[in-house]
This record gives sequence, C-alpha cells and structure tokens, in this order.
Amino acid sequence: MPFIPHTEAEIEAMLGVIGAASIDDLFDEIPGHLQVDGLHKVPEGISEMAMLAKLEARARQDDAGVCFVGAGSYDHHIPAAVWDITARGEFMTAYTPYQAEASQGTLQLIYEYQSMLAKLTGMDVSNASVYDGASGLAEAMLMAVRANRKAPAKKVLVPETVHPLYRRAATNIVSNQGIEVCTLPMSADGRLDHAALADWVDDCAALVVQQPNFFGALEDVDALAGWAQSNNVLLIAVANPLSLAMLKPPGEWGADIVCGDGQPFGIPMASGGPSFGFMCTNSKYVRQMPGRIIGRTVDLDGKPGYALTLQAREQHIRRAKATSNICTNQGLLVTAGTIYLSLLGELGLQGVAQQCHHNALQLKRALCALPGVDLAFAGAFFNEFVIRLPRSAESVVDELLMQGIHAGLPLGDYFPDMQNALLVCATEKRTPAEIDNYARALGALLGDAA
Amino acid sequence: MSETPNELRYVATHEWARLEEDGTVTIGITDHAQDALGDVVYVELPELDVDLLAAGEAGVVESVKAASDIYAPIDGNVVAVNAALEEQPELVNSDPFGAGWFFKLRPLDAPQLDELLSAADYTELCNEEAH
Repeated sequence: MPFIPHTEAEIEAMLGVIGAASIDDLFDEIPGHLQVDGLHKVPEGISEMAMLAKLEARARQDDAGVCFVGAGSYDHHIPAAVWDITARGEFMTAYTPYQAEASQGTLQLIYEYQSMLAKLTGMDVSNASVYDGASGLAEAMLMAVRANRKAPAKKVLVPETVHPLYRRAATNIVSNQGIEVCTLPMSADGRLDHAALADWVDDCAALVVQQPNFFGALEDVDALAGWAQSNNVLLIAVANPLSLAMLKPPGEWGADIVCGDGQPFGIPMASGGPSFGFMCTNSKYVRQMPGRIIGRTVDLDGKPGYALTLQAREQHIRRAKATSNICTNQGLLVTAGTIYLSLLGELGLQGVAQQCHHNALQLKRALCALPGVDLAFAGAFFNEFVIRLPRSAESVVDELLMQGIHAGLPLGDYFPDMQNALLVCATEKRTPAEIDNYARALGALLGDAA
Repeated sequence: MSETPNELRYVATHEWARLEEDGTVTIGITDHAQDALGDVVYVELPELDVDLLAAGEAGVVESVKAASDIYAPIDGNVVAVNAALEEQPELVNSDPFGAGWFFKLRPLDAPQLDELLSAADYTELCNEEAH
C-alpha cells in the first residue's frame, strides 16, 4: 500500500467537503485539558549517521555477563528456530490483517496464540495482544471499571506487591479517565496485607493481584479471589506466563481478567523491550475487552477460515467511545511467542518452568548459606526471590558487575526501607557453575567488608 | 421505505417510546435505525432499577459494522429489560417495534412523553438526514 502525501489543494478540498476550516478543527472534540501544546520532551530530528552512532553506543551498554536479574524481564533461552521462522518475509512484513482474504496465515497464527494463552491462563478468551505487561494492566483496569457497572466507585486497588513500574505506567494511563488507583500496603512477609482490604468494602471496582508477586512470593490467591467475589469486586490477575506451566492458572482461582508480559516466551531482553502484553478474560466480559480478537469460522464452501471479530468497539468505529485507543497488537513479537510455544509444547514449557524453579532453589541455597545473607520473605517462590544483605544492595551490584555478574535488582529505589534488599532470579540457563561462582564472589565481597 | 407507526413517539437519536396501559413506557430503536445499522449481533441493556435521564446513555446496540449508544427518551426508572435479546439480538432487525423492544421505564415525569416527536415529525427528520 503506497503512502502518498496529500497536496495542500487536496487537503483544502477535503476540509471544504466536511465543512472544517483547518486540520486542527478536527481535534476539537478532544477536551482542552487533554490537549498538549507541542511535544516538548521529544528531541529534534538527527541525521542517520548521528542516530546510528547513538544506538551503537547504547547497544554496547548491553554488555555480556551472567544474568541473575528478573523483575519482569528474564534471561531465557530462545531456540534459534524461533526468530529464524519469525523473520521470514511472510511474517515479518505482514501488516494488520484487516483484509482477511489476504491474511489467513497471520490470522491463523494469532488464533493459535489466543488459544494457547487462554489455555495457559485458564480463561475463555484472549485478545491478539497489547503493547506490554504494564499497558496490559492499564487496559485491564479500564476494562474492569467499564465492566463492573454496579461498582460504587471508580477505584482500583493495587497492592504494593505489584511491580512498581507496572503501577506507575498503569496509573499514568488510567488517571486521565478519572480512575483512582489506591495502593494497598504489604505485610512483613512480602505479601499483600489482607487486613487492609476491610477498608475498601463497598468502595472500589477492582482488585489487582500479581502472582508470583514483584518479590517472587506467592499471594494467597484463593482467599483474595474469594474476597473479591463476595464483595462484587472484579479480580485482575497479573501473571508471569511461564509460571503458569507450574502454578494454578488464574482462571481456576477466580480471576476475571488476566494480563501480563509475554517476554519469557522467546523475546530477547533487549535492554527492556519491545515485548508483548497478553490479556485474557471470560466470555461474560468479552465485549468489554479492548483490542482485536481473531475468530475461526467457515467460508462459503465450509472450509475453515479466520477473521478479525468484535471489531465494532475498536477506535476506527467507536472513536472516543472505543474500548481502548491504544489497542494495536504486537504482531511480530506475538509471532515469536507463538512459535516459541509451538516448538516447546506443553511438556517442554513445563520442563523450562521446572528447571527455572530448580535453579532458583539452588541459588537460594547457595546465597543464603553465606554469613549475613538471608531470605527476606519466607515461603514458596517460582524463579525469583529477595535476599537481605548486610550492606547496601546497590553497592554490591556495582561491585559484582565488575566481575561480569548481574547480581539482581536492588530494591532501594522502589522501596526506601529496602536499601539492603536484592531481588534475584535464576532461569533455566543458569548452570551450577554460574550459581556457585555468584555465591563465591558475593561471599568474598561480604567477607572483605567484614 | 421504513415503517413508522403513528401510535408511537420518537426521538432524534432513533429510539421509539410507547406508553403502556400500566403506565410504563416501552423503548426500542426504530425500523429506520435497525436498517441503517445492519445485522444486530449484540445489545447491552441497562441495569434494572436504575434511574435514567432523558438523552442519557442507556445501553449499546452493536451490529456487524457499528456499535451505537442507545439513549433514554425520557427520565425514568428501569422496570424491565428484554432478556430475549441476549440470545436473539436479531429480533431487533426482524421486529423492531415488537419482540425487538429494549427496556421499559416507569416515567419520573409523565408529561415528558408528549414532548417527543410524532411519527410525522420523525419521518421528516429521517428524510432530512437522507439529503
């Protein structure tokens, strides 16, 4: 499809037909307080050479090293076939499949993606994806407030145990729609303080629960789902999709909406992005779900075919009343995620999850055996957990980096009273030798300081 | 040519209203509206016992090509909704003034009904829109 710019004369003619004086007039329906006066934080354009130099310098920061950082982006193995297939022209260059008759391959892939995500999460339906986990959470909040029409207040409860960057991004997105994000405190065990819920009976529309939570700990999801259900509060689950190969799927504990980040499925960490977000729900709320959904049907000859469905609520039709106005899908990354899942299969995925869990247990054993190092929050975890160090976690991370070890995420920036806390992770890629090496380096560092 | 029964009242947003013997008012969308929408696939109805204001949003009607809001023609309390539309939204197309009704209101201000458009006024409005 050629993108041919319009001439001034053509623009004048088109404006004349619809009776608008200028292009700016077309944006009049956006309330004044939501309009911005220029994009001041967007820098001026630069030359191709200058841009390449800049990106190459950034790419060099993405240095090698053994990665024990998780916190939302994980160092998993990506089979070479994933991106080999994804980068084929038929997938790589595919545009939004509005024209079903020319896009059956892309549509079938997305349909299979949706089927796999729905099965993993234990929900009825999945959309074709959203930008990432954090924007998925924002969409889930908007959706929950829309769907919970009887809710006494447009408030969404979000525990401190939900990823702090997800909380920040989601709050930014939803607060423009008059939705209040209310923070629930955590208790000393690194989990949501259930007693705090009592203050919110009859005063909110939805509750967000991350499982495993930001600290890697497991929330008592059955009790939280029970509370939500008996108080007419919609339950939004934020999940690490890989953990669902081992943990009870949110659909079984009673979640109404499940969202999260698909990065563990074949997406490189790549300095933090891009990734894709997933979003699933039950049939009851399917018309409140943003984004596109691919459906399977039959053509005139009875042969199976795929098409975009439930489009009538998207922005090109509903404009300001659309279920979302940022509802594109991450086509290429979803392609990689779907191929990853297809190559591994159910057993393969369980194998990866179990190996992650096993390695994380080994890591915990090795690190917590060191004098002065403790597990911050007792209890089961999946592939990451928090340790408490005898000194500032940030300084420890800086020093271990010199030895080629990405030791974890220091939590002091997000939780001021956790300056000595470090969130660490082990994926299936971490070998016993790497774990041993980390423990020895940390032991030496702490021993020197003592 | 669309049908526009004389005994009903209309609003410019293409809903009709009929005063029933029990004092309630039944509301649906017009033949003209269902024709413009095309095949209706889903109707979102208001909650029971909710007070609606005239010209306020009462629900959404969705066809294969568009989703449009439904507005309350008058102020009223929702006393019934047409549950049949959940399974058979196509009733809106096949019988817009009968089995395809949307919901019933108990008027909060009965004389409001007399201020709505007559069949003739509504037909004229539709003709104007067409030109």
